[in-house]
Amino acid sequence: MSVRLQTFMSKKFIFLFLIIYLSFSSIVVNSQERVRLGTPITESQLAEFDLIAEPDGTGLPDGSGTAKQGKSVYDINCAVCHGPDGEGTSGNTVIVGGDMQSEGPPLRTVGSYWPYASTVFDFIRRAMPATAPKSLTNEQVYQVTAYVLFMNGIISEDAELNARTLLSIEMPNAKGFIDRSNIHSN
Amino acid sequence: MYEKVARNGLISRRHLLGMGATGVGAIASSEVLGADAGITFEIPSWSRTPGPGASAYGTRSRHAEYLRRTHAAANPTYPGGGSSRSPLQHLQGTITPNSLHFERHHAGIPDINPTGHKLVINGLVRQPLVFTYEDLLKYQMISRVYFLECAGNSGALLRGGNTNGTAQSLHGLVSCAEWTGVPLSTILDEAGILSDAKWVAAVGADAASMGRSVPIDKALDDVMIALYQNGEPIMPGQGYPMRLFCPGWEGNISVKWLTQIKLTRGPAQFRDETSKYTDTLPNRSSFQFSFPMGSKSLITSPSGQMSLERTGIYQITGIAWSGSGSIRRVEVSADGGQTWADAAIQGLQLGKALTRFSVPWEWNGSSAILQSRATDSRGNVQPTREATLVERGNISFYHNHCIQSWGVSNVGEVTNVYV
Repeated sequence: MSVRLQTFMSKKFIFLFLIIYLSFSSIVVNSQERVRLGTPITESQLAEFDLIAEPDGTGLPDGSGTAKQGKSVYDINCAVCHGPDGEGTSGNTVIVGGDMQSEGPPLRTVGSYWPYASTVFDFIRRAMPATAPKSLTNEQVYQVTAYVLFMNGIISEDAELNARTLLSIEMPNAKGFIDRSNIHSN
Repeated sequence: MYEKVARNGLISRRHLLGMGATGVGAIASSEVLGADAGITFEIPSWSRTPGPGASAYGTRSRHAEYLRRTHAAANPTYPGGGSSRSPLQHLQGTITPNSLHFERHHAGIPDINPTGHKLVINGLVRQPLVFTYEDLLKYQMISRVYFLECAGNSGALLRGGNTNGTAQSLHGLVSCAEWTGVPLSTILDEAGILSDAKWVAAVGADAASMGRSVPIDKALDDVMIALYQNGEPIMPGQGYPMRLFCPGWEGNISVKWLTQIKLTRGPAQFRDETSKYTDTLPNRSSFQFSFPMGSKSLITSPSGQMSLERTGIYQITGIAWSGSGSIRRVEVSADGGQTWADAAIQGLQLGKALTRFSVPWEWNGSSAILQSRATDSRGNVQPTREATLVERGNISFYHNHCIQSWGVSNVGEVTNVYV
C-alpha cells in the first residue's frame, strides 16, 4: 500500500470515526435527557377508574340484568328527564322510537340511530343520570340498559344482559354509518 | 379614484396601505374641518386624576363590556351542558383572548385541583403509566397556534332563518390560541405502543367523563396534551389542568380535563362519536368520524346587526381557516358571489390557525351582499350554501363550512341573508 493511499485511508477512517462517534454520543445524550416520569401501574388497579366499554366487549364488567329489573331503576333515576316510556321531556331526551326511513328529518334515538349496544351501557355508566353520574352500580347499569333496549323493541323483557349477551345484540341502525376516519385532511 | 376590482365597490387590496385602519367615512370627514364638526380640545377628566393602580389579574375596560361571550340559558335536565360563543365581530387579529374563547361543555366545568388530578395511559401498551400534573410540566413542550372549532358551529344556517344573527351568534364557536404542551407521542412512546393498537380513547374528568376516539396515526402526528393557552395555564372552561388538542379537527375530539388515554384496537364508539357529531345524509346513511374541519371564512365586519352610518370607504375584514392546512387565498364579493376580489392576508398564514383578511370597499348607498370564500393550501374551496344543501341536505347540522352572506340594505342595515 502506498503512502498516499495510507494517508487517504486514515483520513477516511478518522472521518468515519467522527461520524460514528458524533451520532452515538448524540443518542447517548438524548436518552439521558429524555424525561421518563410516568409511574408504572397495573390494569387491575384501574378496575374502578377505567369506564370504557368497547363494542368488542373490552371493558364490560361482571354482572347482569334484565329489563324487568331495570324498570324500577329507570322509573327512579331516568324517567324525570326521559319520560315514563322514553318519550322524552325536552330537547335531546327522547330515547325510544323513531325511524330512519320516515318522511322528513328522522327522529334519532337509541333504537333508531345508535349503532352499538355497548355505547348504551358505556354512556349510562359514565354520564347518567345527568344530575348524579356514576351513581348506579354495574348491576343497575346492565338492568337499565336492558330496559332501554326493551322499550325500543330490541330485546325481550326477560332477556339477561351481561358482558357476553350484550355483544350479540345487533342494533337496528348498525349498518347505517359511513366510516370517514381514514380522512385526516381534506 | 380607486381601482375597482369587482362589482359593487370592491377596491384593489393594493390600496390598503394608503387608507386608514377603519376607513369609515374617510373621504367625507377629511373635507370637514375639526372645528366645524364640533371637536374641542379640553383636557379630559381622566387626565386630571390618578387612576387605580395595578391589579392581580386584568380585565377589559368597563367601557368595552360589549366584549362578552353569549350563552343560552341552562337546561335543567342537562346540568352544565351548553356553549358560549366568541364575540368575533369585536375582535381583530387572529388570537382569541382566553376569557373570550368559546366553550362547549357536556356536564359543566369540573373544579379540578391539579394535585389530585391523574393522567392514566393504559390498554394496548407495554407498561400502563400514571402521570401527575407536576410530572407533565417537566417534559419538553411545544407551542403552536391553532384554531379550535366546534363541529356544530354555523350549523343552524343549513336550516335557514336567523336573520337577526350576528357573527357571534351564528359562527362564534370558533376561536384561536397559542397552545403549549407535551406531544402525545412522547407519552405514548414512554408507555410503549403495542402493534395492534390502532386507536386512542381519550376521556375527560368532567361529570360526563366525556370520551372520544382518535386514530393512532393522528395521535402520533400533531396531537398534544395542552397545558397552556396563550401563555397561561389553560382556563377551567378549556380543560384545566390539561386537555387533549387535535389540531384542525372537530373541537369535541380535543377532550378537556384529560384523565385517561387508552390504546385500543378500534374506536370505543362513545356516545359523542355515534349519537352525536355524526351527519345523516338525505339517503339516511350517516357520516361518522368526520374529523378535519372544512376550508372556511367569515366576514366579521361589516356583519350581522351592524349598520353602516354613511356612504364611503370601509374595510371589509374577517377570518379564514382550514383543518387541512393553511389558508392560501381569500376572495370577497359585494354582489352575492357574481364577481370576486382577492383580499389581502394580514399577518401570518399558519397551518390550522385563523388567518385575518381584509379588502377595501366603497359603499355607494345601494344594497349589497357581502361574501367571503376561502381556499386552503390543499386547494379546498369553501362551498356555497346551495352546493352544501345539494350534497348533504339539512337533516344534520354539524361540519357546516359554507359561505356566509351578509346583506347590506340601502339604509346600511346588515343582516344574515340566504342567496
